[in-house]
Amino acid sequence: MSASNYATERETAEGKVFTVTGGDWDVVLSGTDPINDERIVVNMGPQHPSTHGVLRLVLELEGETVRELRSVVGYLHTGIEKNMEFRNWVQGSAFVTRMDYLAPLFNETAYALAVEKLLGIEEQITERATTIRVLMMELNRISSHLVWVATTAMELGAINMMLYGFREREYVLEIFELITGLRMNHAYVRPGGVAQDVPDEAIAKIRDFLKLMPKKLAEYEKMLSGQPIWLERTQNVGVLDATGCLALGVTGPVLRSAGLAWDLRKTMPYCGYETYEFDVPTHTDGDVWGRYLVRLAEIRESLKLVEQAVDRLRPGPVMVADRKIAWPAQLAIGVDGMGNSLEHVAKIMGQSMESLIHHFKLVTEGFRVPPGQVYVGIEAPRGELGVHAVSDGGTRPYRVHYREPSFVNLQALPAMAEGGLIADVIAGGASLDPVMGGCDR
Amino acid sequence: MSAPQDRTDDGGVPVPVTPAGATGGAPAELPPSSPAGRGMFGDQGTGDVSGYGGLVRPQRSIEAATRPYGGYFDEVTDALEEAYPAFGEAIEKVVVDRGELTLHIRPERIAEVCQVMRDDLSLRFELLSSVSGVDYLGADARRLHVVYQLTSMTYRRQVRLETAVSAEDPHLPSVTSVYPTADWQEREAYDMFGVIFDGHPGLTRILMPDDWEGHPQRKDYPLGGVPVEYKGAEIPPPDRRRSYQ
Repeated sequence: MSASNYATERETAEGKVFTVTGGDWDVVLSGTDPINDERIVVNMGPQHPSTHGVLRLVLELEGETVRELRSVVGYLHTGIEKNMEFRNWVQGSAFVTRMDYLAPLFNETAYALAVEKLLGIEEQITERATTIRVLMMELNRISSHLVWVATTAMELGAINMMLYGFREREYVLEIFELITGLRMNHAYVRPGGVAQDVPDEAIAKIRDFLKLMPKKLAEYEKMLSGQPIWLERTQNVGVLDATGCLALGVTGPVLRSAGLAWDLRKTMPYCGYETYEFDVPTHTDGDVWGRYLVRLAEIRESLKLVEQAVDRLRPGPVMVADRKIAWPAQLAIGVDGMGNSLEHVAKIMGQSMESLIHHFKLVTEGFRVPPGQVYVGIEAPRGELGVHAVSDGGTRPYRVHYREPSFVNLQALPAMAEGGLIADVIAGGASLDPVMGGCDR
Repeated sequence: MSAPQDRTDDGGVPVPVTPAGATGGAPAELPPSSPAGRGMFGDQGTGDVSGYGGLVRPQRSIEAATRPYGGYFDEVTDALEEAYPAFGEAIEKVVVDRGELTLHIRPERIAEVCQVMRDDLSLRFELLSSVSGVDYLGADARRLHVVYQLTSMTYRRQVRLETAVSAEDPHLPSVTSVYPTADWQEREAYDMFGVIFDGHPGLTRILMPDDWEGHPQRKDYPLGGVPVEYKGAEIPPPDRRRSYQ
């Protein structure tokens, strides 16, 4: 009599089930593989130091191997898109800047470009305003990539890199504070131009930064690039090839690390990027190591762009001339600590009734945007940041949708992590550089 | 300022006009201007004595484009017409506005059109950049629109596909089998607008909690919020404030 008569087995949805009748434990044990059959489900996050905010990963593990991974997002959903429908077009910039909080100036610029396209005033945006936008975006790209290298290194065990990365990022934030008044959430790039002109101190500080940063980059590379642990943790980890990237809609450094030089600044230029001299770094391996190299190289390219933008700055207006759209710019801090333009106040209160009316209409009502819809995509640090804006002809957005690279790219995490080790989930996830504020909006 | 509870639906203001494009047949060209293009202050209860309450703003309508569309738009439409036999039936309208091409597609055809757009050698829209929903409440009987942004990396072109379904029968085929990246984006459109993508591998809520009721970005879903007191005055929530439209 065969042993199976004692313990009949059948397959169910939960796995193999044995009907044990007694005295057949050897059969039961031989029918299961104690190492491979034991799958445990681990819930990682939403509160976990390596998930870049509140990302929850549900992992099904077999030993240390990840068999299935599902990401759960939405913990940071703040309804920004819905809220914008209840504010006027200018107020929108103060909302979108809070989406991807590591790249606020990209959110603002994409929004401003979309509103300008709806208004049909792209041609009227002044040279200086566009150059300032490029300057700010590239500085922002540097600060965003610095946070990436800092946090990713920390998650893989290099705490020192964390401190250095944030130290240099702080320098960029100081520049932002000098120019916009705020370290983050600037609402600086507005439809029609930018809110304020760049002060001279800021230019000096940017030039200092341009001298300082290449040295620091060399330091980072000395620290990480030849480091055996760093190499072990990044090379051939979280691999996603170009085909996978395209199918899953992954753009940005992750796509470029797989060998495709797709960068909207080159391929579908905006803000005059076609007139700047810079390269699109790529790598062929499509792994975390490649993404690290691509991002470091992108910081160098951004430095080049910042330098060219600073050299190009010529005095001039930073807002469109159309007074029905342009917010009264050139504010100065008054005694009450609020931004005010004394000249403008003197004009509207003392000299020009029409200016007062325009000012009143603009501030209380906002400008009207002709009906229609547009889509504008720009190259954010994480990939294609797209704005789909719909107007009904009123003073408020009818609908604004953000195609957030963090949101789209996160779909690639199971493809990167399944079949690998659990430790590589951290490396793979970090290499996507998700920012949950942007992902969940 | 009146308390928000006091408002009535008609404060002696003229009846809403039908906004341009509210035909119910073809997809809406335009979203309805806020409360049907009427009034200026968005206020429905208090007496607006300024005289602006009766203003009706003319809407610029966006017409279907006629050939030549200009730029690469003709090439794209020609190539699609050639590669896709059901072109005449599936394409409801072609719109060119602000230098962008929009093809309005019958909802049941969207996955087929995407397949052709991706695979045909003269089209090659490899990347689905974005999927988003728009609710044209009051302007279109098929009020829920789904907008697909396609990008051709080979030819460096962009095309927008737009479909419309009604709130009563919000079904259309999922494009996840053509573009896997649509997975989360369709889930978002389902979550926010209640559009049901048939054939999606797991159409569940993504941003809102699983047990949430309603679809928050529909136009008839209130923004919510509570009044707050500031320096003795009560400030109503944003969607209840008296404001310009």
